[in-house]
Amino acid sequence: MSMQNVGRPTRPDTAGLNGAANDLNEAPASLTGARGLLQDEPLIFELGGWTKTGVDLPMDALGLDTDASDLGDLVRAEPIGLPGLSEPEAVRHYVRLSQKNHAIDLALYPLGSCTMKHNPRLNEKMARLAGFADLHPLQPASTTQGALELMDRLAHWLKTLTGMPAVALPPKAGAHGELCGLLTIKAAHEAAGNGDRRRVLVPTSAHGTNPATAAFVGYSVQEIAQTEDGRVDLADLAAKLGPDVAAIMVTNPNTCGLFERDILEISRLTHAAGAYFYCDGANFNAIVGRVRPGDLGVDAMHINLHKTFSTPHGGGGPGAGPVVLSQALAAFAPAPWVTHGPDGLTLTEQAVGDAAQAFGRMSAFHGQMGMFVRAYAYMRSHGADGLRQVAEDAVLNANYIKARLCDVMTPAFPDGPCMHEALFDDAWLEGTGLTTLDFAKAMIDEGFHPMTMYFPLVVHGAMLIEPTETESKRELDRFCDALRALAAAAKAGDAERFKAAPRLAPLRRLDETLAARKPRLTWRPEPTTVAPAPLAAE
Amino acid sequence: MRYLPLTPDDRAEMLAVIGAADIDALFRDVPAAARPADLFDLPLHAGELEVERELAGLAARNRPAGAGPFFCGAGAYRHHVPASVDHLIQRSEFLTSYTPYQPEIAQGTLQVLFEFQTQVAALTGLDVANASMYDGSTACAEAVMMAQRVTRREKAVLSGGLHPHYAATTQTIAHAEGMHILRLPAAIDAEAAVIAAIDAETACVVVQTPNIFGVVTDVGKIAEAAHAAGALLIVVTTEAVSFGLLKPPGAMGADIAVAEGQSIGNALNFGGPYVGLFAVREKLVRQMPGRLCGETVDADGRRGFVLTLSTREQHIRREKATSNICTNSGLCALAFSIHLSLLGGAGLRQLAEVNHARARELKAALAGVAGVEILSPRVFNELAIRVPGDAAALVEAALADGVVAGVPYSRLDPTARLDDVLLLAATETTTSEDIAALTRTLQRNLGR
Repeated sequence: MSMQNVGRPTRPDTAGLNGAANDLNEAPASLTGARGLLQDEPLIFELGGWTKTGVDLPMDALGLDTDASDLGDLVRAEPIGLPGLSEPEAVRHYVRLSQKNHAIDLALYPLGSCTMKHNPRLNEKMARLAGFADLHPLQPASTTQGALELMDRLAHWLKTLTGMPAVALPPKAGAHGELCGLLTIKAAHEAAGNGDRRRVLVPTSAHGTNPATAAFVGYSVQEIAQTEDGRVDLADLAAKLGPDVAAIMVTNPNTCGLFERDILEISRLTHAAGAYFYCDGANFNAIVGRVRPGDLGVDAMHINLHKTFSTPHGGGGPGAGPVVLSQALAAFAPAPWVTHGPDGLTLTEQAVGDAAQAFGRMSAFHGQMGMFVRAYAYMRSHGADGLRQVAEDAVLNANYIKARLCDVMTPAFPDGPCMHEALFDDAWLEGTGLTTLDFAKAMIDEGFHPMTMYFPLVVHGAMLIEPTETESKRELDRFCDALRALAAAAKAGDAERFKAAPRLAPLRRLDETLAARKPRLTWRPEPTTVAPAPLAAE
Repeated sequence: MRYLPLTPDDRAEMLAVIGAADIDALFRDVPAAARPADLFDLPLHAGELEVERELAGLAARNRPAGAGPFFCGAGAYRHHVPASVDHLIQRSEFLTSYTPYQPEIAQGTLQVLFEFQTQVAALTGLDVANASMYDGSTACAEAVMMAQRVTRREKAVLSGGLHPHYAATTQTIAHAEGMHILRLPAAIDAEAAVIAAIDAETACVVVQTPNIFGVVTDVGKIAEAAHAAGALLIVVTTEAVSFGLLKPPGAMGADIAVAEGQSIGNALNFGGPYVGLFAVREKLVRQMPGRLCGETVDADGRRGFVLTLSTREQHIRREKATSNICTNSGLCALAFSIHLSLLGGAGLRQLAEVNHARARELKAALAGVAGVEILSPRVFNELAIRVPGDAAALVEAALADGVVAGVPYSRLDPTARLDDVLLLAATETTTSEDIAALTRTLQRNLGR
């Protein structure tokens, strides 16, 4: 098979690069497609060799008889068709690609609801200790006592910090935790003969995973209205609660970055209706060490270890989503869990005997151990005092941003403090011809990742900024100065700066419509109708 | 506190800008009853050295797989991962970035996902793969629910060769969504029972190869029977290295292939994080769960990549989404993709051949141990044996000789009455000396 450089063109359109759209970019277009040290990096399928490999197996293994005739015609007949790279080629490929990413290690990453905080490297080191990383999930419990002990200590911290009596460690991410929480609630209702409760109430401002999870479990979803000050409308909640409601799913602090002032009344009404209170714990970072969800009447809450407890997001995962549970729900938690026995710690793997009420199993093994180690190291490093400071600094930083921007942008809820995120709407862009998206893309040219946009849905053109506690005042000021300068440019009529943004990023705005209309989801070695542009020098 | 940059002066200055008297003023919306003044009953902050001491102490109480002869498989496998893989995934720009929602400044992650999707499609012999699921077991559950959306039928048939924990996960999750799950009894050769269970109500059939007993299974006949009934065939693979040697699911008629990708690029990690692979035939793309990365162009006509077809997903469709999944296994998918880029198709084939050869060596050695009955006729890199008595007790006894002899089937499913069955895997990390140590301890313990 010959290597072809096919697919959509990889080189810049020279007219475009030299044209008016780039007048901010003073440097002339390069001859090669590179942007300074930023290389135009091909796909591995355009780089590698079809018979090449960058892995040398040990000589004793290579001396083995590799006869596979016992497998008959179940042996793969055709070559797999994947290229191989030598180690130097692979290292360059991935390092070059990495340089096209923004990262929390580069600058403030203000994605609201995502809690992009610093990821301590100690935690990476600890997770890679052979005594954790090189453990098989099914090896005898007598050979994993330290790992089980770590799970047990993590559980203790999570229970203490939330004021809840039980925790299910298996869920692998926030949405998986939501699923675990709702399945626990469903099992509890069924055990009590209330299996006919079919509705789940979710505020309009909720994360998309909340209604998706409720529907997934077979519930019908009904929205709860929001008050003008960005909180759950108690009257609407009371009106919609009824004998067929299984649970409410409320995020607190909510997705507008506000604490639900009436939280105790929300839980009282919910429990009075015989429903359970599921709390989306995505925003736990705002209150960790200071407020216990158990004191608020929460029955179940997932904790995104990759948010509050700083396990790295990794470009989209892995996460971990343990679910803390109230006494009423604890018996229904899924297998497996750590049990103290006469011979030390063991895993209870099956929903039998004393564990018969467990609703089932969330995944093959017992959770994201690699994330448990990191999160535990993070908790131990901070301690009770440091975690409280985390919440306080996260809230302080968000309020500082809100204060520094409130005269040039429009806070969605100007009255009173916010929690760990500052929410703005797009009212201040009126008359500029610009949208939230334009503003966000212009932030990229100024060296910042955009904030969360158009979420929550209840605020028009929402811009949700979450700085986290790991930003210095200097970085916050740099960020606020940049946003103030951009806001001034927007109001001064410099629309072109925004409409053409980003200009200085590795790529300009991407054609998402084309991607969806003609999905090209894998590389294929067939010629395309679009010929690659010739090198300018040719 | 080393992770918190603000100084007391910073805090005072910032409170002044905000116009708040103190930090408590910012928490005033929290009901007083839920604002304990005292710190919670947990230790105070600790220096790096203290944390390292505690965690190293815990780690030392575990026996790593690499500490001696080790034969556990059953859904997680010990393989050698090149050092460059772990180095590259710790690049700040990969490790500390978010989901690539802003494609202009996330092309690194996006191009990796596009390459990953292409690699997974090639391995499974199918057209399109997504950007990863949590792990193989949750991918299996999602595949079953996807089959319900495609066929609008409610019944799923799970083969007796399916990993019991995959079956339990699927039962839990897909049942919650309203499906009827028919889980067939554990069987080393499950083909006939699976075919017999297919009827006009069947949405899908789930078959694992190599199955939980290590048996490499020809799913061609099951595919024919499923398709004749209008059902989909879902093929599950827990050992991704097997794709290097075995006929891929797509070539045997699979409509959906799901797999555990841990074997390539990822450590054992005591069960997670792992990476679920999910591939389908092209016509099924719009019913897929999870993120998809697609190729497009930017405003200057340069090739670029974006997350696409997101109208399937929860952040757009909310309660009508194909799945609730959001965060997936991005960094594990990166590790998988880097390791596979290093291997290439040729290297993966070689690696798979070595695994197969080690398993044949193991099988031959076990066949020579009096009392051991080989149960798996045709294997890739793991097999099942029957031993006189309780396999779990035998594993405990072998530990005294420093050998982790495998996974007793009863650990996976105590109700199957297969307490005398032991599952053993061999990989490129297994040596002839390991196998000799295993046979010695088995001979000693079974000879009693």
